[in-house]
Amino acid sequence: MTTATVAFRHRLAERGVDRQMLLLVPATVFVVALFIYPFAYGIAVSLQPAEGGVLGAYRAFFTDAYQRDTIATTLLIALPAALLNVAASVPVAYRMRGRFRGKRVLTTILVVPITLGTVLTAEGLLNFLGPAGWLNRFLMTSGLTDAPVRLTNNYWGVFLSLVITGFPFAFLLVLSYLSGIDPSLERAAATLGAGWRQRFLRITLPLLAPGLATTFCLTFVLAFSVFPSAILVGDPSGSTRVISIAAYEAAYVRYDYAGASAAAIVMGAVELAVIAVVLGLRGFLYTGSTAGGKG
Amino acid sequence: MRRSIVASPAAWLVWGAVIIFFIGLAGVIGSVVVNSFGVRWFDSWLPEAWTTQWYGQAWDEFTLLPVLTVTLIVCLLVAGISVLVGVPAAYVLARRAFPGSRLLYLLFLLPILMPPITYGIPLATVLYKYGLAGHLSGVVLANLVPSIPFVILTMTPFIEQIDPAVERAARMCGARTRHVFLRILAPLLIPGILASCILVVVRTVGMFELTFLTAGPDSQTLVVALFYSMSAAGIRAQQSVDAMAVIYCLMMLTLLVVALRFVNPTQLVARVKEDP
Repeated sequence: MTTATVAFRHRLAERGVDRQMLLLVPATVFVVALFIYPFAYGIAVSLQPAEGGVLGAYRAFFTDAYQRDTIATTLLIALPAALLNVAASVPVAYRMRGRFRGKRVLTTILVVPITLGTVLTAEGLLNFLGPAGWLNRFLMTSGLTDAPVRLTNNYWGVFLSLVITGFPFAFLLVLSYLSGIDPSLERAAATLGAGWRQRFLRITLPLLAPGLATTFCLTFVLAFSVFPSAILVGDPSGSTRVISIAAYEAAYVRYDYAGASAAAIVMGAVELAVIAVVLGLRGFLYTGSTAGGKG
Repeated sequence: MRRSIVASPAAWLVWGAVIIFFIGLAGVIGSVVVNSFGVRWFDSWLPEAWTTQWYGQAWDEFTLLPVLTVTLIVCLLVAGISVLVGVPAAYVLARRAFPGSRLLYLLFLLPILMPPITYGIPLATVLYKYGLAGHLSGVVLANLVPSIPFVILTMTPFIEQIDPAVERAARMCGARTRHVFLRILAPLLIPGILASCILVVVRTVGMFELTFLTAGPDSQTLVVALFYSMSAAGIRAQQSVDAMAVIYCLMMLTLLVVALRFVNPTQLVARVKEDP
């Protein structure tokens, strides 16, 4: 080893770079080869359509209303579903922190929907909420409605399947963030005479807000990529034609790879934009420790 | 805090909503399970008669044995490779600060933040170009994309829990990096590695989009086979699709219950002590 290389290694080591960093290499190579490279390749493909010049595939996507509207359709399904899942998990998690009898059982039941998979959820929703399903049978025998309520093969079917699979996930995350907040902070506020509303709004909620933003992002990613359920319980050519269906159709039905890549990249861009907005707002919030200090 | 025996209206509302959610859940699961055991079920509360023939039929018709074998092989390969690649990376990211570490962290976060379809379609195109898609190798490679970052993210808190002094002591006694890894860190990390292995398996069994885009006819996993059998409605009896869905759900449930023995789901993002 020459003195030059030794000196170079010393300089690197001073900045915290040494041979241990080689441990990072395999993972980085995998992510670059299987994520970054295909993504760059997809962008390149989307810029080389058969006709219409460099931006032809994007122009085709945005001028065709049938394609363009899939963005709004996807957001209209994913945003309310993610919001509902996060908003509903806060009060439930708030009631469930700390220890009580049956907590483990309740948590386990809440995990069950994660194991269902899209197909069983879809099949179950079709059976349960369909025109001859138990719900409509109950509503009609009890005289609440005359005609069966239509909840499948439309917007509501997809929405409900997102709630069933997304709520447990959001709940587990919120519960985890909430149990990270030291209860003694609230007790201190209570001794100073704060009521529960004040304790929740002034102490718990501000401490929880960054966690809620993260939970919203992760739930939104899940909801944004509805593909199988939009086909199986939805109305895939009409009210639930989400952007992933448009991308899939372009690639595997019309073999238009430029169009498919363009749709996939538009989808990624829209999703990252929503996440960036949420995480940007999160930057304004308190993001320090949620454990109580001494004092 | 004061606890009253009579619950407040807000509590009633919350528990009411939870109960409605559970009733819906029970209805969804129950109707599939009942249908999978029913002979014929048209316009009545329950099927006319009961049978278990749909399970046998599903087993034969869907050639479940090869499908389950493929699922098992894919899961084991994906879990094995992602642990081998992910744990060392998680170690460096947890212990070291170096220029660009935040950028690298973001790089590992991106595949988890993106919907699988967005990178799945370009990835499938690339894999087809190199002749890898349509086979087991393509399915495994595609599933590694979210799994390696997932292992890195779940392992980081486990590694941070280990006191660096233990490693320094080992190094003082002359252990090299390889020894530190195999003799000190690996035994301490076994629970974390097992947990992330099982969670990767659960995610891979449930991963629909990536497998759907890259699988050929003989490299389908269970979810994809289920999707095809359900979207090709009318060819097969709905009951046997239901029977297969029940088999899938039971498999996933077993895996998750095993995983929950190792990790407390409420401690996945923040490590806290429970309020006694």
